[in-house]
Amino acid sequence: MKNFLLSIFILVVFLPGGIQAQEEERQEIIEEVKPRNNECLECHGQDEYTYFNEQLGRDVKAQMCEDYIVSEEEYYQANHFSFACVDCHSSGFNEYPHPAEARFEQIYSCTDCHGFSESDEKYQFSKIEESYKESVHHKRLGEDFSCWSCHDPHTYAIKARESNNIKNIVSYNNSMCLDCHSDVEKFEMLSGEKKNVFEHHEWLPNQNLHFNNVRCIECHTEVNKDILVAHKVQPKKEAVRKCVECHSENSLLLSTLYKYRVQENRQKNGFYNGVILNESYVIGASRNEYLNVISIVLFFAALGGILVHSLLRYFFVKK
Amino acid sequence: MEEKTYLYPKWIRLWHWSNAIFFIVLIVTGLSMQYSSQDYQFIPFSQAVYWHNIAGILLIIDYIIFLTGNALTMNGKYYKVKRKGLIDRIKKQFYYYTIGIFKGEKAPFPVNEERKFNPLQKVAYVGAMYVLIPLVIVTGVALLFPEMIVHKVFGVSGTLLTSLLHIAVGFLLTLFLLIHVYFSTFGKRVSSNFKSMINGYHEGH
Repeated sequence: MKNFLLSIFILVVFLPGGIQAQEEERQEIIEEVKPRNNECLECHGQDEYTYFNEQLGRDVKAQMCEDYIVSEEEYYQANHFSFACVDCHSSGFNEYPHPAEARFEQIYSCTDCHGFSESDEKYQFSKIEESYKESVHHKRLGEDFSCWSCHDPHTYAIKARESNNIKNIVSYNNSMCLDCHSDVEKFEMLSGEKKNVFEHHEWLPNQNLHFNNVRCIECHTEVNKDILVAHKVQPKKEAVRKCVECHSENSLLLSTLYKYRVQENRQKNGFYNGVILNESYVIGASRNEYLNVISIVLFFAALGGILVHSLLRYFFVKK
Repeated sequence: MEEKTYLYPKWIRLWHWSNAIFFIVLIVTGLSMQYSSQDYQFIPFSQAVYWHNIAGILLIIDYIIFLTGNALTMNGKYYKVKRKGLIDRIKKQFYYYTIGIFKGEKAPFPVNEERKFNPLQKVAYVGAMYVLIPLVIVTGVALLFPEMIVHKVFGVSGTLLTSLLHIAVGFLLTLFLLIHVYFSTFGKRVSSNFKSMINGYHEGH
């Protein structure tokens, strides 16, 4: 009881202060990089920009290519918020108009920066890379596909470890896949195939419910016990199609979508019962031991009562 | 000569047996889904979902027939409970089932045209047909269209609460079915009441 009260006291008194200090530190960093980034975002932060055309001798309004627009709001909420644009992009971009060689710069990949520090250890970048190299994306598209194809470094934010809301994790994650897979033209450009992801999943009962409550990768990746989010995206013929893989006691979801919760619960409480409980309801997977026991006891009590009564009737009631 | 009373018109018999079939399908498919396993499946999961949905919709239609029939015919009166003296009547019936029957006493509330159910049956049937069945239908329809369900109720998934209620009520109705079948053997002969639900005639003791 004492420990419980102490924990409550610490949570109430110190936690809000800690969160506030973190937020203040984050804002300080943002204020520091903002002036440098504003120079870029003046054009790249919106869908239209104006430049002085020396040949025409006047200002010209032009439309920014969609792929080169960065939302300032999303950028400062994302993981790379502390970086100035030219920390990653060639210093040639400091000049305007941008020189041609800057436009053909070699873009960094995740593992050029990540995977070397102690704080990166828990993320297992090398194992993620290994898995990714075996994925259908890499095997089919090679260098045309990279980490950035799914994880836009300008907007990427860690969700699986930090968000408490499973629905947010699911919608954030699925938007990465659906960005290409629900766009028939974009998908055709990348794969040469014309496919409608929703038609392909028509066999799935309550399609909307599944799309909103589980990530595409639950069924389309091979589970990897070493990394939190599996990256080996499988060819479609190897996707999970058996309902019971999720809708059963040892649900696949415990080693995919709910993996982090399971690990956390195991560390804190030494068990993972009811991880799925309170969050959502998965037929066959959401089970409550107490209710199971109560129902079995009641059922056999009723059956036993009937049996005893019918035996008494058989032996003692006069025909 | 055997005393026979025409107590179960055709529509009640048809409703009763179709209701029984749909209910058994719902119990079996429901159990199969709730205890589905990767190693062993009593009914393949997708089939169980499909037939559970079909039987559920048919049960709703059957329930509407039951309500309409009760409103338009005299059958509704059998479900009207008179509160005055109810506890005493229940006690009397309970005494008969637990002690009186073994002493060779006569049933305190014999079946006739005016009284199809004894007080215990009446309370159980009213509870099942006017409380539990509507609850299982409402929660079942909600689960058929889960997007209609409130997302969170005091931090707990609305779908989870709806499912728990659906399963708990389904379980209570299963117990009701079990006990109902047993008490159907309390006719003139063990098989008499089952025959009554086929030919419509109740055989008196």
